[in-house]
Amino acid sequence: MLYSEKVMDHFTNPRNVGKIDDADGIGEVGNAKCGDIMKIYLKIKDDVIVDVKFNTFGCGSAIASSSMATEMIKGQPLSKALELTNKAVAEALDGLPAHKMHCSVLAEEAIRAAIKDYYDRHGIAYDKSQFPDPHDEEEEHRSED
Amino acid sequence: MEKIIYADNAATTAMSDAAIEAMGGYFKKIYGNPSSLHTVGQIAKEHLDAARAKVAQCLNCEPNEIYFTSGGSESDNQCIRSAALQGAKKGKKHIISTAFEHHAVLHTLKKLEKEGFEVTYLDVHGNGLITAEEVKAAIRPDTALVTVMYANNEIGTIQPVREIGKVCREAGVPFHTDAVQAVGHIPVDVRADNIDMLSLSAHKFHGPKGVGALYCRRSLPLVTFIEGGAQERGKRAGTENLAGIAGMAAALVEACANLNKNAAHLTALRDKLIKGLLKIPHSRLNGDPKNRLPGNVNMCFEGIEGESLLLLLDQKGICASSGSACTSGSLDPSHVLLALGLPHEVAHGSLRLSLSETNTEEEADYIIAEVPKVVEYLRSISPVWEELEKGIRKHLI
Repeated sequence: MLYSEKVMDHFTNPRNVGKIDDADGIGEVGNAKCGDIMKIYLKIKDDVIVDVKFNTFGCGSAIASSSMATEMIKGQPLSKALELTNKAVAEALDGLPAHKMHCSVLAEEAIRAAIKDYYDRHGIAYDKSQFPDPHDEEEEHRSED
Repeated sequence: MEKIIYADNAATTAMSDAAIEAMGGYFKKIYGNPSSLHTVGQIAKEHLDAARAKVAQCLNCEPNEIYFTSGGSESDNQCIRSAALQGAKKGKKHIISTAFEHHAVLHTLKKLEKEGFEVTYLDVHGNGLITAEEVKAAIRPDTALVTVMYANNEIGTIQPVREIGKVCREAGVPFHTDAVQAVGHIPVDVRADNIDMLSLSAHKFHGPKGVGALYCRRSLPLVTFIEGGAQERGKRAGTENLAGIAGMAAALVEACANLNKNAAHLTALRDKLIKGLLKIPHSRLNGDPKNRLPGNVNMCFEGIEGESLLLLLDQKGICASSGSACTSGSLDPSHVLLALGLPHEVAHGSLRLSLSETNTEEEADYIIAEVPKVVEYLRSISPVWEELEKGIRKHLI
């Protein structure tokens, strides 16, 4: 089997699928051309993620990574969510195949983008160095041809 | 659903009873080395000759024009390299092919390009076909080889091989065809089709894996690829896989004998599936609807990604395949779908169903019932689909 049982579980029964209509922050990363887009919706109260939902266009590991990452930040303070790494997501899924690691990177980036959106919308000052521009996925893919 | 519906026969097939039965005798009874001069060896040699005659008859060529190999990839490699080397001897270092060949052909050509050959990749039309006129127009005085696949492995389109062969013959250029998906499924006649070299693989027509053959017209020199012995008239060293070869011959004889009957059954199932699946909004059939293999269905569904579709169908007992990037292990979707001019985002959402004669009407009904549910679910969680529906993103199909 290509994927771990955990990946298959989160892929076939994804947690936190959906949208939040009155989200406080929305982050979207990826590129349809490359076959992966992740969109994360956050509901934030007192700097804590009280609810999180996702929509994902992508392969099994992209959907599983979104599911796992949202589970890992739900109920967490923003400071904790910002510490979430792609490695931690992949490890929580009992590993991803090497060529699928970029799915966990997308999950980390989508969360970061959603938090940044929250800060921007609410005029909250933040350390810009914490939010590097997610790399241009398309360019990244092309260079690997 | 407990039962598994296997609809990935372009990847590989289950072995036929005839093939299994044919192989049985070669492990303990007829175990000789066909190169040995003693009785045990010579019995094996007789069986090898008989298998060769059967394969030759199915392709309408002479037995000494058939060389047994390890499969389609090896046959492709040897045919193309052989023709290239022969051409180079006469200063001809130009090859004509298409953009959507199997990688066994494409990667060999890429290597030859690095070695100083020039390759013209003909553009495939949106329906997955090329024309003989386009081949003719591309032929130059220094063209060493034309290699065009008989039928495409992903979208099943059948090229006008006979006409392509004719223009090559007229120009005196050797013509190779990768017929791995065609042999045993549609009539292939190397004489009538003007083919100089052909590759085939046993496991695509219910034979064993790891065995195949190449046809090389008698008047054409074939360069040895594997050195080390006089097997296959010195063109392919290594003790013959007699069990595999006998299994292949039996499978091929059976496939050719039932060709019309099977094709009629498969074509009906194929067209039923295509009709049923095209009811899904924003879906398309890839490849020509008529000039295609009897058992091939290849569709794109907008707004979803093929690998997740595949995995969810597998959960429902349907084994299919996809040209999505994720299933190929690369980041680009199928080069075949891209060659048709499909945008990346559409090509990612592809599904291939390849049928065999054991698939039933009931299975087709089940597939037609289940695929739309999975597509709808994946669209419901897809931000791309949301944007398509809201008009933020334009529908491409």
